Amino acid sequence: MTSTAPVKVRIRGLRKRFSVKGRPIEALDGIDVDVEAGAFLCIVGPSGCGKTTLLRILAGLEEKTAGTIEVARDAAGKDARERPVNAMVFQEQSIFPWMTVRDNVAFGLKARGFSGRDRYAIVEPFIRRANLGGFEDALPHQLSGGMKQRVSITRAFANDPEMLLMDEPFAALDEQTKLILQAELLRIWEESRKTVLYVTHSIDEAIVLADRILVMTARPGRVKDVVDVASVFGRPRRVEAVKESAQYGELFGRVWGALREEVMGAQAAEAVS
Amino acid sequence: MRLRWGGERLLSVLSPVLLLALWELAARTNAIDTRFFPAPSDIFAAAVTLIRTGELWDNLSITLVRLAVGFLLGAVPGIVVGLAMGLFSPVRAILQPLVDGTFPIPKIAILPLFILIFGLGEESKYAIIAVAVVYLVLINTQAGVRNIDRIYLDVGKNYHATRWMMFTDVALPGAAPLILAGLRLGMGVALLVIVAAEFVGARSGVGYQIWTSWQVFQVDRMFVYLLVTAVIGFGTAVVMTFLERVLLPWKQH
Repeated sequence: MTSTAPVKVRIRGLRKRFSVKGRPIEALDGIDVDVEAGAFLCIVGPSGCGKTTLLRILAGLEEKTAGTIEVARDAAGKDARERPVNAMVFQEQSIFPWMTVRDNVAFGLKARGFSGRDRYAIVEPFIRRANLGGFEDALPHQLSGGMKQRVSITRAFANDPEMLLMDEPFAALDEQTKLILQAELLRIWEESRKTVLYVTHSIDEAIVLADRILVMTARPGRVKDVVDVASVFGRPRRVEAVKESAQYGELFGRVWGALREEVMGAQAAEAVS
Repeated sequence: MRLRWGGERLLSVLSPVLLLALWELAARTNAIDTRFFPAPSDIFAAAVTLIRTGELWDNLSITLVRLAVGFLLGAVPGIVVGLAMGLFSPVRAILQPLVDGTFPIPKIAILPLFILIFGLGEESKYAIIAVAVVYLVLINTQAGVRNIDRIYLDVGKNYHATRWMMFTDVALPGAAPLILAGLRLGMGVALLVIVAAEFVGARSGVGYQIWTSWQVFQVDRMFVYLLVTAVIGFGTAVVMTFLERVLLPWKQH
């Protein structure tokens, strides 16, 4: 892609080694990638290739073993209220069951020191745009799985991070709900154009959402290929239009071609061990 | 054969009534020894007398105050220390062996020591209940904190929650269900301990009355006070259920 956008995240030689029962496991083996500001990057790879680990390192939840991560900050200061660098959307249910929808969405703002009135005023439009209006005072156990993930995504957007880290947020949802939420995510994202790193195991989802798809190798994770989607499907993008087009099949074939041998290799390795 | 729901409910009401009727009948016909099992009607008459004279209320209120004071003296430190042990590993390292080492002692076994220290007054009763309660609350609170789903701590960390907010918004509500379970268990043990303590170490209270009824062979009175303990147990369970409803609305399904 010949993008002129400045680089938001520059990752060089990123390595992660775990120790499992005293045996070192190489999770990430030298990741080099640049993510342009405002780009939607999807990361696909076989199970256990370290794609989630990559996100967790970026989110500050995991330490890296080696390498550098440079993030170009929009504005750097020491004010706790300033925009956070990132917010993560987790795969599993991660909204607090003891908080109402409103308090869940406002959690990041509370952590940044906004008063109750201020943060409720800020989250109000976010809740409405996520089609959660009328559920502000509901507790998570009263919501469907799809709505819970909506709350989780809204929590991240409402905190206005410079970058969104999403770890298979729709993986546990049924197909119809997933389609609806993908379209919603695109709509909300296109308004803000935040930099997004989105991990998924679904090639289909990656094509629908991404500007670029980063294909990872089986463990230890390396960058296998980078597939450009933005030059084929522009923005704003409609999920249906993408799936109906002939280029969709081409892109699918290209990503699967890169992924196929990695998945086979990972399965063979699993069968041996 | 399956009975309709209403039919089963009727059976549930009928069975205790039937048992009481049988008991009454057996007592009247001397089929059972009324020295040990006085007729329900006699027990009821004894209860009416005890209520009229105010004796029942006096003893009940004394026991309830002991329960309440002792319970609070055990529950509050139990929650505080349990949270500290769950959150801070140095605190856990210091206190865990002390807790593990003393927990197995049957609490009632410490009563003589407490009477020695605090005398026969109310303090020894408060102390023995507090000790019985504190362990169960402490152990449950600590387990509650340590069993909080990792994902919630990750969210707190990713959103840069302060230490205080991690405590008030994540650890405390996350541990609340187990804290309340600990309080419920503590209350059950408190009742057990206070009755036993009043057997030997008191001159008043429900337990004392049960004990003296045996010594002066007033079995109908004994049954009345046994009934009172059942009511206390039931009442505390209702209070705990109410507390759970109010404090844990998100746990109801």
